[in-house]
Amino acid sequence: MNALPRTPAPHRPAAGPPTPGARLALEGATLGRPGHPALHGVSLEVPAGQLLTVVGPSGCGKSTLLRTFAGLLAPLGGRATADGEPVTGPAADRALVFQEDALLPWRTLRGNVELPLAVQKVTRTQRRAEAARWLGRVGLGEWAGQLPHRVSGGQRQRAQLARALAGAPRAVLMDEPFGALDVQTRAGMQDLLVEVLRDTRATVVFVTHDVDEALFLGDRVALLGEGALLGTREVPHPRDRTAREAAATRALRREVLGALTTG
Amino acid sequence: MRRYALRALSLAGALGLWQFLTARDVELWLRFAQFPTVTDVARAFGTRLGTDAYWQDLTDSVTRIVLGFALAAVLGVAAGTAIARSRLVEDLLGPLLEVVRPIPAIALVPVAILLFPSNEQGIVFITCTAAFFPVMVSTRHAVRALSPVWEEAVRTMGGGRARVLVSVLLPGALPGIFGGLSVGIGVSWICVISAEMISGEYGVGYRTWQDYTVVDYPGVLVGMVTIGVLGRLTSTAVESAGRRVTRWLPGREPARPAVTGPAGSRGRARRNGPAPEDRQAPAVRGAAVPVPAASGEGKQP
Repeated sequence: MNALPRTPAPHRPAAGPPTPGARLALEGATLGRPGHPALHGVSLEVPAGQLLTVVGPSGCGKSTLLRTFAGLLAPLGGRATADGEPVTGPAADRALVFQEDALLPWRTLRGNVELPLAVQKVTRTQRRAEAARWLGRVGLGEWAGQLPHRVSGGQRQRAQLARALAGAPRAVLMDEPFGALDVQTRAGMQDLLVEVLRDTRATVVFVTHDVDEALFLGDRVALLGEGALLGTREVPHPRDRTAREAAATRALRREVLGALTTG
Repeated sequence: MRRYALRALSLAGALGLWQFLTARDVELWLRFAQFPTVTDVARAFGTRLGTDAYWQDLTDSVTRIVLGFALAAVLGVAAGTAIARSRLVEDLLGPLLEVVRPIPAIALVPVAILLFPSNEQGIVFITCTAAFFPVMVSTRHAVRALSPVWEEAVRTMGGGRARVLVSVLLPGALPGIFGGLSVGIGVSWICVISAEMISGEYGVGYRTWQDYTVVDYPGVLVGMVTIGVLGRLTSTAVESAGRRVTRWLPGREPARPAVTGPAGSRGRARRNGPAPEDRQAPAVRGAAVPVPAASGEGKQP
């Protein structure tokens, strides 16, 4: 178990305009498990509301970076901050979406989506309504009463997304959430993510090893490799991703792949 | 239906054999001459059922086992969880419990007599000790086997220790806990009956021993049958409670009639719901889920 203390979090916006995203930053940070640093000297700022994709080969420390923002790992050196405040532990306003099945198998999809709301002491009726709304939003309305192992992998990831967003987080940290899905399902999930994020102003850090996915989703791409941050690139397109099939992305893709391989 | 018939047949066959051997006073190497016949036992049973003493004994034994077992369940789950989750508790309690564990609970009768003001409490203590260890050990294993990702998920929702305990550790460990409870109820019966035989006043075990000392063999067998039936009832109760609370385990849903093919396991939802967007078969993530230990049968006295 992690020794980090937990920051008291729950803020619960009434229905209304979405809360603004959190500004996340690392300042000269060394990241990793105690005694096993994975990333050195990382300085990175994610402005409020940005969708930053983090791309790099397996084992380069992408998950470490994400878990540090989530508060599951304390930085070994330097600082990790959210809105300028040091991150001292997990909190409801920074939701984490896992690659593996992190749905609780003994709860139905509805029960899983209600969980962050229950943690925030939202009343039962309101929980029900919120969960129904989010499950509908990700296209699982009819599956709400099913247990996780009774639905497909893609549906489980949709439910995870709904669960993360139901808690009205100000930052969503996604750890290769679509990594285990087949190609068609993955494309569908990317479209869904873009669409769902339109409703929220949450800051998103999305980790992937897939350069195309990183360019398709990101407002900005951070490149990791060799235990360090290699740099970031702005994606010169609005979030309307249909434009991204364009030639300009292809040039950027070449550049990113080049930077990752020469490292 | 056929299975019930088979089960009834099995019981009837055993009784028939017993009746045959004892009525004919068969003397092979085993000697059945003095052994009461089924009809003797049935007659004695009928008489006993009409007496208040029988029901008094039965109530006493059941009260003792319910108290001891309930106490063991609570303490065992609490201790198992604490040991699995805290290195401090593990260091403090672990060695002590490991030394006490191999001592048969029935060997604690002298200790119980010294410690407790009444026999009643002593017997409950022995019963509780007997059931405590299987429950504690299986809880400890089950909690340790939980996927850390579930806990991290709840913590990143802002959940604290209490929330993790209630929403992750206990529900996730339930299949394992019930494995321990099934074993525990069996050893509880062994110990409550033995303790009653040694130090009880009233109780099925006490009565059985009394009947033996006055050479009332049909009475002894009435006691044994009573113990068998009660043990069977209580362990069935534990098992069915366990099935009820672990319905979420993959493969635990009641079989749906007339469902075939790979889509079968979610057939009902699919008929009403929209077509799923992908064709991935529902993966069974059984590996991460602790499977209950062997259902702990065969421990009944």
